[in-house]
Amino acid sequence: MVEFVLERGNYWAIIGLMMIGLFIAFSASNLIKRLIGLGLFQTSIILIYVSLSRIDGGTAPILFGADYKKAKHGEDHAGDAAHGAAEYGSDAAHGAYDTASKGLEHVYSNPLPHVLMLTAIVVGVATLAVGLAIIVRIREAYGTIEADEIREQDIEVAIAQAADEAQEREAAQGASGA
Amino acid sequence: MIELLTSLVPETWAMHAPALLIVIPMLAGPFCAFLPNGRLAWIVSIVATGLSLLMALVLLAQVRSVEGGAVISYAMGGWAPPAGIEFRIDALNSVVLLLVTGIGFLASIFAWPTVQAEIRKAKRAMFFGTYLICFTGLCGVASTADAFNLFVFLEISSLATYVLVALGAGRDRRALPAAGNYLILGTIGASFFVVGVGFLYAATGTLNMAELSVMLREVADSKAVMAGYAFIFVGLGIKAAMFPLHQWLPSAYAYSPSFITMFLAATATKVAIYALIRFLFTVFGLDFTFEGSSLIWVLMPMGIAAMLACSFQAVFQTDVKRTLAYSSVAQVGYMLLGVSIGTAAGVAAGMFHLVNHGIIKGGLFMAVAAVVLMHKGTTLNDFRGIGRTAPLTMTAFAISALSLIGVPLTAGFQSKYALVSALLEHGWWWGAAVVMFSSVLAVVYMGRILELVFFRAPLNPNKKHSEAPMLILIPLWIMALASLWIGIQGSFVAGLASDAASALFIGDVR
Repeated sequence: MVEFVLERGNYWAIIGLMMIGLFIAFSASNLIKRLIGLGLFQTSIILIYVSLSRIDGGTAPILFGADYKKAKHGEDHAGDAAHGAAEYGSDAAHGAYDTASKGLEHVYSNPLPHVLMLTAIVVGVATLAVGLAIIVRIREAYGTIEADEIREQDIEVAIAQAADEAQEREAAQGASGA
Repeated sequence: MIELLTSLVPETWAMHAPALLIVIPMLAGPFCAFLPNGRLAWIVSIVATGLSLLMALVLLAQVRSVEGGAVISYAMGGWAPPAGIEFRIDALNSVVLLLVTGIGFLASIFAWPTVQAEIRKAKRAMFFGTYLICFTGLCGVASTADAFNLFVFLEISSLATYVLVALGAGRDRRALPAAGNYLILGTIGASFFVVGVGFLYAATGTLNMAELSVMLREVADSKAVMAGYAFIFVGLGIKAAMFPLHQWLPSAYAYSPSFITMFLAATATKVAIYALIRFLFTVFGLDFTFEGSSLIWVLMPMGIAAMLACSFQAVFQTDVKRTLAYSSVAQVGYMLLGVSIGTAAGVAAGMFHLVNHGIIKGGLFMAVAAVVLMHKGTTLNDFRGIGRTAPLTMTAFAISALSLIGVPLTAGFQSKYALVSALLEHGWWWGAAVVMFSSVLAVVYMGRILELVFFRAPLNPNKKHSEAPMLILIPLWIMALASLWIGIQGSFVAGLASDAASALFIGDVR
């Protein structure tokens, strides 16, 4: 039992981070804090993918040493670096793929999740930028970045508008009556 | 007519249609942003969306050239799938692409007068650029066959949408918090989706949907796949405004610029529903561990809850845009109910309603945009007596409204009829009863507006109303006539929808 828990330490950490992030994103009333929660949530997803791609004793997915030489010589049987890297993507179930079948000496980590996460990081940065820009505009329009104060102001304005409209209606009816 | 149009397209274009459909608006978007004035950007966006529409028609013709629907596979950049990213067009997404590009084209034509009124001059070029990026994202979601690529396109369209919604702040500052909330919920939805895709990748080692569907059969019992299913279901549910996850939608629709409301209402949630259908039926398949029970115990109750709760909420709104927004959530409920039946007839009814609702809501929000333009307001009082001064605009509004209710001879009737008969065929008579009851609620909330428009005197006769400009009237009437045409001669769209559904059930995934 203890072993089961400890073996999956990275996943427990990720679940913890993810739930903390989600909780902040929903519960914080300060909009900046909400974005921080969102950022935490997204970062924990990046951690999931990165820990998926790790293999014991794996190294960076760049062919080197004997593997590189083999790749240079054996170009006829699909051995060039780019192609090799692409093949890992479809073969690396559970990150534990069979080195022997490819005739490679070293164990390489799966590069695909890293590449995917580069995209996800870009998406995350863009989201953060748009979010912060919206918050700046909210501060300009409302003078606050607390969600409940914004709601209060909206309700006040709505009540005032309803009163105005009722007045306008009375005035119109009075005019038509007279 | 489609054949005539497609015969004009050069062969190399037709060959690369899946890529061009995305690439043209994607390049035109940034180009627009650098243009010196808004009018030029508007023309560029009409041209770009028009070309995309042409490509969608070409694809539809190619798919329909084979009985039962061909499958077009396009390897992006020449990298063969499954390692490379594949675009795959079949009977299902060719319909969705046609809807998105068609609505996008009409929306860009009608955009200019409302953009002129609602967006500051310096921002107009950027506005159209952002709109094209949003359009690109939606088309991308509808055509890609790579699970992670779908996430990227989903985020491209969503990020552009947040910006566009926030631009409504010129008319009403409440657009800003609405956009903020939408950003947080939308990002959580997309993140859930990407977690789910991560689990599927961990279990199978592939991201290509066709390959996923084959490999998932072997590992369907693994907990990772089940968790992945749940994450994807909830994530896409948020994007599609599935009932309890729809909180972002009413405010976002109510306060965004009229043009954007119209475009989003007609396309954004539809594309998310398409993605959900794609994952439920192509990637996982009905025989997947607990998909059957999740359809019956989650999707169906949520669909019914949406139809009832949101129709009731729509009845009590005082703002027409909000009424229509709640009605959108209710209509999403119809589509999900159709999908949850889990038969070809059910999914076909859902798809049919999806297309019809896109056309109907597009028409309604176009008319609302005309009212905003002429009258600067969207409360019920602003709608009083407009029928007398702007008869053309409001007649089109009335046709779309009747179609939303489901009056015979309109599109809404055809798809509700298909839905009810699919429900009865499956023995869910109570589902059919709920559809009827929810339609009665639609009579209440739309009838209330129609009564004010046509049978009441304007509140303040001194305020001037007039007819909408031609640029709005023409696309508006195209939408209204389309919904009449589908209502009378429904076989074309119904045929597209049932082909789409049978492509999911019978069609080989390869």
